[in-house]
Amino acid sequence: MAILELQNLKKYYATHKAVDDISFSIPEGSIFGLLGPNGAGKTTLLRMITGIFYPDSGEILFEGKKFNPVDDIAKIGYMPEERGLYKKMKIGEQALYLAMLKGMSKRDAMKKIKEWFVKFEMESWWNKKVNDLSKGMGQKLQFVTTVLHDPKLLILDEPFSGLDPVNSNLIKDEIFKLAQKGTTIIFSTHRMEQVEEICNNIVLVNNGKKILDGTVKQVKDEFKEHIFKVGFDELPGSFSSTAFDIVASNESSYSVKIKDGNRPANVLQEFLNQKASIISFNEVLPSLNEIFIKVAGTKK
Amino acid sequence: MNKIWLVIKREYLTRVRNRTFILSTILLPLFFVGFIFASAYFSIKSTEKQKVAVSDSNGIFRNSFQNGDLITYEYPSDVNANNFKDKGYSAFLQIPRDYNSGADSISLISTKQLGIDAEDKIKDQINDAIRNQAFLKNNIDKKVLDSINKLDEDQSYKFRTVVKQGNKTEKSNAALSYGIGYGSGFLIYITLFIYGAAVMRGVMEEKMNRIAEVIISSVRPFQLMMGKILGIAAVGITQLLIWIVLIVLLSSVSTSFISADTLQHAQAMNNGMGAAGDSSAAINFLNAKSTFLSANWALIIPCFLFYFLGGYLFYASLFAAVGSVVNEDPQEAQSLMLPITMPIILSFIIMTTAVGKPDAPISVWASIIPFSSPIVMMGRIPSGNVPIWQLVVSMFSLVAGFILTTMLAAKIYRTGILLYGKKVTFKEMGKWLFRR
Repeated sequence: MAILELQNLKKYYATHKAVDDISFSIPEGSIFGLLGPNGAGKTTLLRMITGIFYPDSGEILFEGKKFNPVDDIAKIGYMPEERGLYKKMKIGEQALYLAMLKGMSKRDAMKKIKEWFVKFEMESWWNKKVNDLSKGMGQKLQFVTTVLHDPKLLILDEPFSGLDPVNSNLIKDEIFKLAQKGTTIIFSTHRMEQVEEICNNIVLVNNGKKILDGTVKQVKDEFKEHIFKVGFDELPGSFSSTAFDIVASNESSYSVKIKDGNRPANVLQEFLNQKASIISFNEVLPSLNEIFIKVAGTKK
Repeated sequence: MNKIWLVIKREYLTRVRNRTFILSTILLPLFFVGFIFASAYFSIKSTEKQKVAVSDSNGIFRNSFQNGDLITYEYPSDVNANNFKDKGYSAFLQIPRDYNSGADSISLISTKQLGIDAEDKIKDQINDAIRNQAFLKNNIDKKVLDSINKLDEDQSYKFRTVVKQGNKTEKSNAALSYGIGYGSGFLIYITLFIYGAAVMRGVMEEKMNRIAEVIISSVRPFQLMMGKILGIAAVGITQLLIWIVLIVLLSSVSTSFISADTLQHAQAMNNGMGAAGDSSAAINFLNAKSTFLSANWALIIPCFLFYFLGGYLFYASLFAAVGSVVNEDPQEAQSLMLPITMPIILSFIIMTTAVGKPDAPISVWASIIPFSSPIVMMGRIPSGNVPIWQLVVSMFSLVAGFILTTMLAAKIYRTGILLYGKKVTFKEMGKWLFRR
């Protein structure tokens, strides 16, 4: 079931169309990548999903019903790209305040805060102020305050920007754990390599329009160029074939592109006929980055 | 609703716990009462004795100066303007030989300022003496003259003004209502700026910290704005109430201190010596206190709180709207604030007229129109001349006014709070007003 469904969303500003007729749906429990370059309309889209902006037209369905910002935002956790906390407020009080704004009772909130503070080794921070924290520490706190109320839908806008590798991994692990527990996660970024690692579904937007969507596998299949990488114990001499062209090579492998009407087995067969000592054979799928550059480039 | 309450609580607590709030709330009344008390105290307690040498070669004023508690007059013949200090006099009063012809003036010479009080007393003595002489010269009987002077000293005649409204008779005191009107109007004027600016700075802080976006993914922008406005209103009311209580408390403590010590002394002196005017400051102080209490506080204080709150609510949302469109640059805030500060300043100017002429058309109209009514109406109310219907209309239109400004401001706020790096013009804000 889709936890969130967007139907023909539009949001126009005076000077440009930030979101121009975008529709897609997000399956419950998925880690969903919202991709696009800076200025593609991601943040505007997210602000409509979090009820901050009203769409000019179009419909948002949350859990199958028309999205009602007043009630439904309690089930959503949103970490904006630009992090923000009250600089002079004590960290414990701040976490409590933000949790209660999401509708938690004081007791539940305290319990949750303690759990998360222990998990992230932040127990000693309670009386500190945000001003006293390093940037990385602030990011951790921001993440904690976003997930305190156990949101059904967690929206993370560039969650790893500015994080060191250790904290990056810490938060990545927590994202996976939350996903396992059934939380749907929207992960917005322009860093494609992170998406391949984390997401199972993606949608790609550019200039306010949806360019493509689907599971990562579907997208890659759609854009694959039938290139295979064949690894050898000892590189055989170059030869011409009816089944493929060699497009690249290095000291122990060839990259081959299969000609129309042939199948991977034909390629293997031809190499075997040459008595080549094959040790590996796999398909080379395009990276999302490559797909993106290709798609965004042609559509412009 | 619950969420607005949380925002209000946060705004209130973080501000009330702030050190500057605590200091200003406690120190201001202390300073205020201390200042009044000190000036009253010193005017009563100035006990420095002055000895004045009078040079009156024609003998016009001989024996007509009366020695008071603080000032004594002597008529030595060997003292002149150069040596009075060495002879132990604090001042030298020279009456010129041809004084009666009016060609030359009387001069009071001293090495340092005698003080306004002492100078006044000396002048009074001279005036009295001149008048008495004029009467006597014109064949007024000495007895008659004495009885007239007695009248003066006893202050046996009294003056009061009474305002009749239907069956109600109220003692009125024009100076007092002027003072209270001016004071409370001024207080509202100042607090509008103080708390309005606090709202604006609070909004700017949330925008700059980028916390605004986090919060409004939990509460509606309107809830955040109203929570801040109401929270700061609560801070303002807390501060005002503490001020009122502290000022009442401190001034009653200090007057009881004065009464116990000096006032008794002053009164005794007054009775005993008859004419001595030296203790008049203490008497004035007592009189002022009772006059002050005669004002219609039961009407003034609730009205003050209403107009403080109403005026604040009317302007606070506009300040919030300005805060929401500002980007880092304080210069920008200045120019955007202009349309808000202008009417406030204008109201203040009208108020200064209204306290003197509470029934002038401009006073009446300005006290009904919401943008100026909080300040101007407070200037009129102490006069007791405001018909009930005007008060009711003024209050209702103020409530309607702040609902309207809040609705308009909320629309600007909603867009402005998330808009970064762009200078916003009034034209654009105008467009936002009509967006869904």
